[in-house]
Amino acid sequence: MSGTYLGMPAFPAAAREAVGNATLRGNLRHATHTIRAKRAKAVSEVSDWAELREAGRRIKDHTLRHLDRYLVQLEESVTAAGGVVHWAADADEANDIVTQLVKMTGESEVVKVKSMATQEIGLNEALEAEGIRAYETDLAELIVQLGKDRPSHILVPAIHRNRGEIRDIFAREMSEWGRPAPEGLTDTPAELAEAARLHLREKFLRAKVGISGANFMVAETGTLVVVESEGNGRMCLTLPETLISVVGIEKIVPAWQDLEVFLQTLPRSSTAERMNPYTSTWTGTTDEDGPRNFHLVLLDNGRTDTLADEVGRQALRCIRCSACLNVCPVYERAGGHAYGSVYPGPIGAILSPQLRGTGSEIDASLPYASSLCGACYEVCPVAIDIPEVLVHLRERVVQGGEVTRAGNKVVLRPAKGHAAERAAMRAARWAFLHPGALRTGQRAASRTRRFHPRSLPGPGRAWSGTRELPPVPAEPFRDWWQRTRGGKDGDR
Amino acid sequence: MRVALFLTCVNDTLYPDTGRAVVKLLTRLGVDVDFPSGQTCCGQAHYNTGYRHEAEPLARHFSDVFGAYEAIVTPSGSCGAMVRELYPRMGERARTEGRGDTLAATLAPVVPKTYELTEFLVDVLGVTDVGAYYPHKVTYHPTCHGLRGLGLGERPRRLLQAVKGLELAELPGAEECCGFGGTFALKNSDVSAAMGADKVRNAESTGAEVLCAADNSCLMHLGGTMARLRTAMRPVHIAEILASTEEEPAV
Ligand code: SF4
Repeated sequence: MSGTYLGMPAFPAAAREAVGNATLRGNLRHATHTIRAKRAKAVSEVSDWAELREAGRRIKDHTLRHLDRYLVQLEESVTAAGGVVHWAADADEANDIVTQLVKMTGESEVVKVKSMATQEIGLNEALEAEGIRAYETDLAELIVQLGKDRPSHILVPAIHRNRGEIRDIFAREMSEWGRPAPEGLTDTPAELAEAARLHLREKFLRAKVGISGANFMVAETGTLVVVESEGNGRMCLTLPETLISVVGIEKIVPAWQDLEVFLQTLPRSSTAERMNPYTSTWTGTTDEDGPRNFHLVLLDNGRTDTLADEVGRQALRCIRCSACLNVCPVYERAGGHAYGSVYPGPIGAILSPQLRGTGSEIDASLPYASSLCGACYEVCPVAIDIPEVLVHLRERVVQGGEVTRAGNKVVLRPAKGHAAERAAMRAARWAFLHPGALRTGQRAASRTRRFHPRSLPGPGRAWSGTRELPPVPAEPFRDWWQRTRGGKDGDR
Repeated sequence: MRVALFLTCVNDTLYPDTGRAVVKLLTRLGVDVDFPSGQTCCGQAHYNTGYRHEAEPLARHFSDVFGAYEAIVTPSGSCGAMVRELYPRMGERARTEGRGDTLAATLAPVVPKTYELTEFLVDVLGVTDVGAYYPHKVTYHPTCHGLRGLGLGERPRRLLQAVKGLELAELPGAEECCGFGGTFALKNSDVSAAMGADKVRNAESTGAEVLCAADNSCLMHLGGTMARLRTAMRPVHIAEILASTEEEPAV
């Protein structure tokens, strides 16, 4: 399990593997159920949660509606504070900008605080191609990096790993990347944390360049905010001489006051904490302390295209809390890797096919990676109606339609492989609009019921492979109704 | 009171006993039930699979058939949610696509008049004790669209608690999806089956003989899973439990 997301098989195939992996399912089940219960408790403590959720939704919607204005304001305030703003339309541009910036420092090593934006664009690989080594410093990201693995969760990228596996990875790989793991390392959390601390400290003290993401960017002051639990992020943000932050353009909030809402809803939704241990904010540069050079790379990479979609744009409200992953029964069984993206789970199922388009097999399958149970919508602190967007994207997959790609309106053709389904849906619609035909079909099914096979051909095999089929009754209800005139002549 | 029974295409074709139970129950409670024979399908499967344009004529057909009734009762949380939650959304989408208000206006009359069965009993008829008798240990699975779509809340369980002879067992992880999800069960059958198996195991752990829900689609999936796992438990629609009496007990 390594490298890039390209060439991922469609979700059902990737999920099948995970469903069959008992260790993985056990790890995921344990982790998601624990956090799920804690989140519910942390949220129930807040008496005005519904109002906070609504406020979060509104702030984000307002910002997105006026994104052009707030981005310009942000650029002005960052520049005024001594930072440099760069605009990146896509992954390649962003990677080029960052690579050049690092090269200009003359360094060949950088420390990183967990940033999904850089995962999204494949920055580590781009840096490596230029001879620059990027060290992940978030504990879970470190585990993923050392394990030559991919993140499988927004907040806990190594959620699919248990303590024993982590111990093995540390013992085997740490020496490759710097300070080796202590002799006789056990799998107790304290020892694992200490091993990581020693390994990372060396890097923090040496690094001249830090790369970060941000949870929020405040337009009025040009301030960036990172919310984290470990303090490793703070090290990355303050120790290096040059700090490069790569942030999606949707992460803006207009004013400091808006943080009030999200700094309450984010930690409770993500780690089920009343407040996260470290909230770091930085505004440009100062002469006394912290990085002397600050660069902000504003990343589009499909976001303005997403913004053009009236139904789908709500996905950009996401504050990456991961609550929707933790309650999702599909995520729990399929695991994060099956989503083929740095954004797994319900939010990934609606975000990735919008950011990347529905052209690939995996992206066309993601809108179906849900039973539409609605648990994700219920927990989302910014009220993203994920089921609504899923159905909307399904429509795009099967019917095609107009979308915005790289700023241009294009008309998508229906995705391949849905012809039989489309024909079946049409036929069903026809029958449903002709009750007489429906009745004829029902009667035929009833009359032939003794000959019905126990397993179905075609797509129905997926059903009968794991579940028995219900028997067709001797008489459909409508015939009974007609025969008995609505049951008025007795019940049978 | 004269109400229209919207049985749903699944119940009509595969679960006529549920329909008979609803008729029996409502008649016993003094409700005059009609079954408009032009009814077919609310369009949910089409809509949720991405065929909104195929679902629209079905929604219009639904309104034609049911528009004139005082109330429409359906023993299906998901089809109830389709009408109540998604019909307005279909109308709204047509409007934003520049197709005017016609669809919204056509669908508007049926939206507030459509009730899921337990909702109709508790909210409209004002009863929780429907005079039923069912001497079995039952566990209740609140299906997702009933739970989160319609917000049925405690209604079904209050109805079950009032049934004579019935012992209600709490279902662990009750609010988790059973994995049916319409075409999800086909398109992602491995995940769907794993979810179904977990739900069945949770239900089995209660020691109940019967797994009850207010939606036969979920019960079809769970019943098929039970049969495959060879569990002794049976899936039963809540209407059949509520219709059962001492004189005429359900089997
Ligand atoms: S979609 Fe909502 S619940 Fe999911 S990660 Fe984003 S903000 Fe959190």
